[in-house]
Amino acid sequence: MAQPAETVPDETAVGAETPKKELGPVFKLASGPTKWLDDRVGLAGLSRPFLRKVFPDHWSFLLGEIALYSFIVLLLSGVFLTIWFKPSMSEVEYQGTYELLRGLRMSDAYASTLNLSFDIRGGLLLRQMHHWAAMLFVAAMLTHSLRIFFTGAFRKPREINWLIGVAMLSLGLIEGFAGYSLPDDLLSGTGLRFVDGLIRSIPLIGTWAEFFVFGGEFPGELIVPRLYMVHILLVPAILLGLIAAHLALVVYHKHTQYPGAGRTAGNVVGYPVFPVYAAKAGGFFLIVFGVLTLMGATMQINPVWVFGPYNPAEITAGSQPDWYMGFVEGAIRIMPNWEWHIGSTTWSWNVFLPGIGVMTLFFGIMAIYPFVESWVTGDKSEHHVLDRPRNNPTRTAFGIAAMTCYAMLWIGGGNDLVATQFHVSLNSVTYFLRVAVFVAPVIAFLLTKRICIGLQHADHDRMLHGAESGVIDRAPSGKYSERHRPISESEAFALTQHEDLPALLPVAEVDGMSEKEIKSEQLRRKATRFYFIDTLRRPTRAEIEEAAHHHLHPMHLDEGNGEHHAIEADEEEHHLAK
Amino acid sequence: MRLLSSRRRHPAAKALLLVSGLFMMGALYTIIAPPAQVSADTGNSQQIAEGKALFAVGCASCHGLNGEGQINGTIQGPPLAGVGAAAVDFQVSTGRMPMAKPEPQAPVKPNLYSDEEIAALAAFVASLGPGPAIPDPAQYDTANLSAEDLGRGGELFRTNCSACHNFEGAGGALPGGKYAPPLIGLDPERIYLAMLTGPQQMPVFDDEVLKPDDKRAIIGYLEALHARPTDGGFGLAGLGPVSEGLWAWIIGLGSLIFFAMWIATKGVKAK
Amino acid sequence: MSEDTAHGRPGTEIATVDQERYPVPDPGLEPHLPRLTDVDEKAADRATRQVATFFGLVPVLSIGFAVVYFAVPGDSYLDFGPLRANTRNLLLGLTFGLALLFLGVGAVQWARKLMDDKEMIDYRHGASSSDDDKNYVVTELDKVVDEAKLTRRKIIGRTLLAALATILLPMLVGLADLGPWPTKKKRAETIERTIWAPGVRVVNDVTFQPIKPESVEIGQLINGEPANLQDLEGAEFQIERAKAAVIVVRMDPNTITIPPSREGWNIGGILCYSKICTHVGCPISLWEQQTHHLLCPCHQSTFDLGDAGKVVFGPAARPLPQLPIAIDSEGYIVAQRGFLVPPGPSYFERDSRHDSP
Repeated sequence: MAQPAETVPDETAVGAETPKKELGPVFKLASGPTKWLDDRVGLAGLSRPFLRKVFPDHWSFLLGEIALYSFIVLLLSGVFLTIWFKPSMSEVEYQGTYELLRGLRMSDAYASTLNLSFDIRGGLLLRQMHHWAAMLFVAAMLTHSLRIFFTGAFRKPREINWLIGVAMLSLGLIEGFAGYSLPDDLLSGTGLRFVDGLIRSIPLIGTWAEFFVFGGEFPGELIVPRLYMVHILLVPAILLGLIAAHLALVVYHKHTQYPGAGRTAGNVVGYPVFPVYAAKAGGFFLIVFGVLTLMGATMQINPVWVFGPYNPAEITAGSQPDWYMGFVEGAIRIMPNWEWHIGSTTWSWNVFLPGIGVMTLFFGIMAIYPFVESWVTGDKSEHHVLDRPRNNPTRTAFGIAAMTCYAMLWIGGGNDLVATQFHVSLNSVTYFLRVAVFVAPVIAFLLTKRICIGLQHADHDRMLHGAESGVIDRAPSGKYSERHRPISESEAFALTQHEDLPALLPVAEVDGMSEKEIKSEQLRRKATRFYFIDTLRRPTRAEIEEAAHHHLHPMHLDEGNGEHHAIEADEEEHHLAK
Repeated sequence: MRLLSSRRRHPAAKALLLVSGLFMMGALYTIIAPPAQVSADTGNSQQIAEGKALFAVGCASCHGLNGEGQINGTIQGPPLAGVGAAAVDFQVSTGRMPMAKPEPQAPVKPNLYSDEEIAALAAFVASLGPGPAIPDPAQYDTANLSAEDLGRGGELFRTNCSACHNFEGAGGALPGGKYAPPLIGLDPERIYLAMLTGPQQMPVFDDEVLKPDDKRAIIGYLEALHARPTDGGFGLAGLGPVSEGLWAWIIGLGSLIFFAMWIATKGVKAK
Repeated sequence: MSEDTAHGRPGTEIATVDQERYPVPDPGLEPHLPRLTDVDEKAADRATRQVATFFGLVPVLSIGFAVVYFAVPGDSYLDFGPLRANTRNLLLGLTFGLALLFLGVGAVQWARKLMDDKEMIDYRHGASSSDDDKNYVVTELDKVVDEAKLTRRKIIGRTLLAALATILLPMLVGLADLGPWPTKKKRAETIERTIWAPGVRVVNDVTFQPIKPESVEIGQLINGEPANLQDLEGAEFQIERAKAAVIVVRMDPNTITIPPSREGWNIGGILCYSKICTHVGCPISLWEQQTHHLLCPCHQSTFDLGDAGKVVFGPAARPLPQLPIAIDSEGYIVAQRGFLVPPGPSYFERDSRHDSP
C-alpha cells in the first residue's frame, strides 16, 4: 500500500474501462464526463497526489480556514453589492425610501448605498454580511498569525509563508478601509479626512502624495471611484494570488503537527482529504458562511443612514475607524504634539510617527521576527513539529508583550468611549496610556516568561514524579504525602519531544574569524543567553530512570516527600550553558 | 470671671460654648450682611417672594442669597443674573440643580420640586436680570413636520449637535470627566430649553440664530430617529465601530472557534 | 505505526531524527479506539438520522427564503423584546443563514460520527530539491547560457539588463497626471486659499442666514460658513467647505486674552475661528462655554479660544487660525479679509512661523 503502483506501458491497459465492482448511480453518471476530462487534462494524474493527502486534525489549525472562508464570503457578497453600488461622487438629491434624508443633496455613492439598504430586497442583509465578514477576515488572520507565532510554525521552511501572511494582513487592512469608505457617509468620510491629513504630513512628499491620491484637494470627486478600483480589482487580485501561493506552500511543505505519540518530524498523521477532511473543511466553510449570514440578519452594523452623507463641516462624537485600524487611531491620539518648524518648512512628527511610523513598525517587526530568531538560534534544520508555547518562554513573552502594546494602542483608539462608559477623565486616560504603552509590555514580558517557566516546571514534575492522584497518605509520624501515578508513555513522549536550545557562553577560540565576525558571533551568543538561559531543560534519560527507580522503591513512609530530594539537588544543572 | 473659668471643665461647657458661638455668628451676620437688593418686579411679586424663599433654602449655599454667585473657593456657583426663567426650568426639572455635591458636571437626578415651585424659582431668577423666557409649547411641537423639515433638522443636528452628542444622540466625552449626555427619550421641551439656555458647558443656541423653526426641526428629527426601529437587527448601543468590533470578535470569532473545537473533537469512544 | 494506513513515499522521507535526542522513545501511534457509532448500530442509526435531518431541513429553509423574499414587505418591522428590526431582513437572513449552517453542521457530523476515522500517515520530504534535480538544473542552465551565446557576447546581457530596467519608465511617467502638481503656485491657489475675502458675510451653516452681533449671546456657538459658499456646488462646494468652515463664539471680554496684534479682530467678545482642526482636519464643534476650550472629537486636540486658539491638550501642534471680523454697513458680521495662515492640517512646505500671534 505504501509503494506507488508501477505504471503499465501497455496500450491495451489504458483503454480498459471496466471497473472491478458495480458503480453506484452517481459514479455511473459521472464516468462519461470524467473520462472526457481525463483525456484532455489528465485528471487522474492531477488528482492522485491530493486525493488522500493527510491533514492533521486540531481546532487551532482551522483559524486560517476562517480567514479563507470569510474571504470567499466577501467575494460572493461583494459581487452582489457591485451590481447596485454607484462609485460616483456626483451630487444627487435623495428622493428614496428613507424619509429622514429626503430632499438632501448627497453623493451618488451614498444614495446608491441607501438604495441597497432599503429598496433592494436582501440588500441590507448582504451589506451587513459583507461588513461582518470583513471584520472577521482580519480578526481571523490576526488570530491565525498569533497561533503560528506562538507555536513556532514560522520556522524553516515556512518563512516565506509567514511573509505572505504578513502581506495579506496588511492588505486586509487597506481593503477594509477602502471598502467602508465607499459609501461616502459622515463617519467614513471623516476617516478619509484623517487619511488626507496623514498623507499630507509625510515629510518632503506629503502634498504631492495627497494631490496624487485625491486627484487634487480634499475631498474632490475622484477618491471614491479610485478606492472602488482598489477595493474590487487591485487588492482582491493581489490577495487571490497570495492566497494561492500560501496554500500551495502549505501543500508542498505539508501541514505542521503538534508533538505527540507517533508524530515525528518525518511524518504527518491525520485524516485524508477525501472523505474526512473535505467534509470537515467544506462543512466548516458552510458554517462560517451561515454564522456570517445570521450575524448580518440579527446584528446591525454600519448604519450609514443614521450617520448622514459626508459633509466636511460635520462631525460626530465617538468617531472611530473599524477595529483593525484602532491601533493606529490610538497611536495618533496619545502622541504628544511634536512638530518642527524649520525655516519655512513644517515637519509633522505628531502625525507622521504614529501614522505611517506605527504601521511600518508593527508589520516590519512581524515580518523580520522569524529571521531574527533563526539568527539567534543558529538553527538551520527544518521544523515540522510545533512548539508548545511554554517551551520557548522568551518567544512567547515577546508575543504577549507585543499583544499588550497593541492592546494599549487599541484602548487609546477608543479613549473617549472609555471616558464616557467608565466615568473617568478623558485627559487622564490619554496621559495614562502615554506611559502604559511602554511600561505595560515590559511587565507583560516579565510575567509571561515566569509563567511559561512555571509551566515547564509543572511538566518536569509530571515527568519525574508522575501525575497527582489525589490520594493522600499519612505516615505514623503525622507527615502527609500525596501518591503519584506514572503518566502514560504517549504523554511522556509529548512532554519531551521539543529541543533544548542552548544558551551559549562567549566564544573562546577567535582564530580564523574577522573582527566583524567575532563581534557578530558574540552578540548572537549574548542573544542566546537572553533567550534561553532561564529555560528549563528536559530531564535526561538517566534522571527519568532514577526517578522511576525511586518510585519503585519508595523511601520509608515517615520520610514523607523523600523522593523529591534526589531530584532537587540536580535541578541547578538544568540551567547551565552547554 | 472666676465663675466661668472655674466651670470651664463642666461637661456642658463644650455644648454651651458651641451654641453661644453660633449665636454670636448669627448675630454678627445679621448686623454686617448687606441688605437684600431690591430689583424690579418682573412678574407676580407673590410668586417671586415664594421663589426667593425656595432659593434661599435650596440654592443660596452655592449661588448666594441673591444669585450673585461664588466663583472662588471650594463651593462654586455661577452668578444667575441673566440666565432667565428658561435655565431654571431646565436645570431644576431635570434634577440637575440643586447639585448634591461638587463635581465636574451636574448629573441628572430625580427632581424634588413641583411644577409650581419650579415656576416660582424661575420667576425669582428671572427677576434678577433679563434672560431667555420659558418657550411657548408651539415652539417645540413636532406634529406636522414634513419629511423635508425632518431632513433639514437632521442636517442642523449633524452640523450643530452631533459633535458633542454623537450622530444619534448617544452622548459623548468632554475633557476632564465631563460629558455630553445622551438625548434618547427626552422631553421636547427640555431639548428646546437646553439649546436655548446652554446649560453648564453646552454653548447657547439662541432663537435669533438657530430660529425656533430650526430647533423644532432638530427635535422632530431626534424623535423620528429614535422612534425608528434598528433596521439591521440589534442596535449594539449606537457606539459605532468600537462596539461593532467587540461583537465581531466575541460573537463572530468566538462562536466560530467553538465550532472549530467541536469539529476537531473525536466522537464518543466506545469504551 | 500501522503500515497499512501509511501513505506516501517513505523512500524520500526526511532523515529520521536521532532517537537518542529523545529521553523517552517514541511509543508510536496510539491504537485506534472505535467510536460508539462504530460498534453500536443503534448509535450509528441515530447519527445517520441526525445528519439526514440536518440536510433535510435545508430545502425547507431555502424555499422559506424565497417565500420571505417575495411575500414580506420592506416596511414591516418586528417588535420582539429588545429587538426592533426590519422583518424582511431578519427573516431572509435567518432562513438563508440556518440553511447554510445546517448544511455545514450535517457534513461535519457525518465526518465526525460516521466516516472512517482511522488516522493515516503521510511521509514528509525535505523542502529542498533532490541533488539529482539540482545538478540537472545547474548543468542545463550552463548549457542554456552557452547556447544563448551570452558568455561570449557579454554586451548583449548588459544592454538587456539596462533596457529592462528602463522600460519601466514610461509606465511610471504615465501616472504623472494622477493629480495636479502641488507646486508653489498651485498650493497658493488651492490649499493655502479659502473663499473668504474682505466683506464676505459670515452666515449660519445649513440655513445660510447672516448674523447680527446683537443676536449673539455670551456663551453662544454658531457654526458658520462664508455667504459666497452658496454660489458653489458639487465637488467645488465640498472642497471649499472643507477649508472655509468657521465657528463664531462669544465670550465675556474680561475673561479672555486678546493679543495686541489681534485687537481689532473681534466684535465685543465675538470671535471667529477656523472650524478645521490643525491636526488632521476634522471639523471641531465641541465648545465648552465656561472653560472656552474647543475639543476635537477625532483625536482630542483641545484649543483655548479665549487665548488665540492655543493648543492646551492633545496631538495638534499649531493653534487654530482666527478670522478677523467686523460689521458691515447693514450691521451684519463680515470677514475683514481671508485667513492669514492656511487653515487645516500641516504639510511640509507650510510656513508655520506666523501661526501664533
